[in-house]
Amino acid sequence: MKENPYRPFPATITGIKAETDCEFTLTVAASVAMMPGQFFQVSLPKIGEAPISISGFGPDWIQFTVRAVGRLTNALQELRTGENLFIRGPYGTGFPLDTFRGSNLAIVAGGSGTAPVRPLIRGALDGTLPVRSLRVIAGFKSKESLLFADEFDEWRKKGEVLVTIDKPQEGWDGPSGLVTEHIRAMKLDDPADVQFVVVGPPVMMKFAVAEVRLLGVPEDNIWVSFERLMSCGLGKCGHCKIDSAYICLDGPVFRFSRAAGLID
Amino acid sequence: MYSFSFSLEEFSRVFDALGERYALSGPRRFPGKGRFSGTDLVKYAPLASFDELELDEKSGMSPKSLVFPPDETTFYFNGDEFTEAPLEDERETVVFLRPCDINGFRRLDAIFLENGGTKDPYYMRRREKLHFFMIECATSFENCFCVSMGSNVAGEYAVALRFDQDSVLVQVKDERFAGLFASGAPSAFTPEFVRENARNVEVPDIDEMPPELFLHPLWDEYDARCIACGRCNTSCVTCTCFSTRDIFYADSRRSGERRRVWDGCHLDGFTDMAGGYSFRKKKGERMRFKTFHKIYDFKKRFGYNMCVGCGRCDDVCPEYISFAECINKVAAALKGGDAK
Repeated sequence: MKENPYRPFPATITGIKAETDCEFTLTVAASVAMMPGQFFQVSLPKIGEAPISISGFGPDWIQFTVRAVGRLTNALQELRTGENLFIRGPYGTGFPLDTFRGSNLAIVAGGSGTAPVRPLIRGALDGTLPVRSLRVIAGFKSKESLLFADEFDEWRKKGEVLVTIDKPQEGWDGPSGLVTEHIRAMKLDDPADVQFVVVGPPVMMKFAVAEVRLLGVPEDNIWVSFERLMSCGLGKCGHCKIDSAYICLDGPVFRFSRAAGLID
Repeated sequence: MYSFSFSLEEFSRVFDALGERYALSGPRRFPGKGRFSGTDLVKYAPLASFDELELDEKSGMSPKSLVFPPDETTFYFNGDEFTEAPLEDERETVVFLRPCDINGFRRLDAIFLENGGTKDPYYMRRREKLHFFMIECATSFENCFCVSMGSNVAGEYAVALRFDQDSVLVQVKDERFAGLFASGAPSAFTPEFVRENARNVEVPDIDEMPPELFLHPLWDEYDARCIACGRCNTSCVTCTCFSTRDIFYADSRRSGERRRVWDGCHLDGFTDMAGGYSFRKKKGERMRFKTFHKIYDFKKRFGYNMCVGCGRCDDVCPEYISFAECINKVAAALKGGDAK
């Protein structure tokens, strides 16, 4: 075959960082152009393949933040530096960087939803995505399930960052409660002048977007990212189709005004 | 374009000559292999002679497996080395099929060769070798509703055939087959198409499905009725969904394969994500998902409906669910009528 889009290429692991007891960030060496919000099909031969979103990237490296909860992700947890991942991509539409550039950017992320939005935050920090203002609300189950905890102070240099855990917990003196309450408490000078990103588990996204709407943010300014089972990333396998949209082709990032009409 | 007439005996000889140059596939009867005792199975299979071609009964399975096998190795693994699986049969293939299935291939092409702008190479290498020999339908079979779906007529064929009691009429469109049929008596044959079915459906013609139709009580019946066996998916000529599965060999964990296997929206696990989240747990939701894909959202993307009305889903459903009837219920519900 001249071109086989299913053939992955090896990417050597250059770094492994434990985030929680079951989540970790792999850094691999790969020189590929990509956008925040896109994903790769990541695989290990004889184990399997799954879509994993980019949690960070540079000119010659990519990061994937993974929760070990499946056959492939459990096997990924066993890998060591110097071993290979097999990846193909990037796939999907990323976040609309042209729209976000120079905007008042607000990001609400729940749990593993912080992984795909992290490149936006990093872009705002390093100037590759210049924004007028940055606000982040990141919600986690507990203090043990925080992702990127060692970066929060750095994030705060650029914007207002609120990290909340679902319920108050001993040894945690930060905010608690679901992200929805913290969205409700947000003061926006001009809700129509904010670009709002909401990424997280389906239930969280549903209620978080409802709260964002109540703040007066127009549907067209709200961006969500969907997560679905996929077997190809190319619009063939059918797993990620909702209505006439293929999450792998037309998403995973959608303007909410479009996403609202997508019923599973 | 040329047309010829053959006696059955003459045609049988042409068939043999064709078989020397091409792999031949068509509906074939397997006596006693049906679902119930004493019944036969008719499915697409290699044909060794003309008398193996089954013309009296609809095939339970579609010819899609010729381009999209139920289980196909995409890569062989030797350690971490990926080797593309070679095509096991390099021969050009002639497939005997009916107009609805020719239109079905058009839908398969849309997904595998057009969607997302990527050509699926595993599909393409089989599809390029395929030549359609269209069997004219004199009358329609049970459960067919091709006329309602507008897929009773097909033009994309190399050769069209009418099988009469004592003759075979042939129209040759593709020049490459002209020589093979040149021994026949000249004829004025042009294929005709079925213009009515016993079963008619009203296909909704709408741009956007109203949200209330997604939650309509008409779907509830299928919660209990459907058993998620996926036969409607596997028998459907236009169902294209698959899953990727890696395996390793029992006697050498270093070696293995990556395969793609048929999957279907009615089957459990179709939407399962790592971590336990899934969508459309209820069977009725799956029925709704499939129905809308076949008669609504595919059209939104590609401009024509996916379902070709072959009726195989109705033929094979063990719970006697009628997809045709379901389409009519959707149409009725859209008109605000009683969908029950």
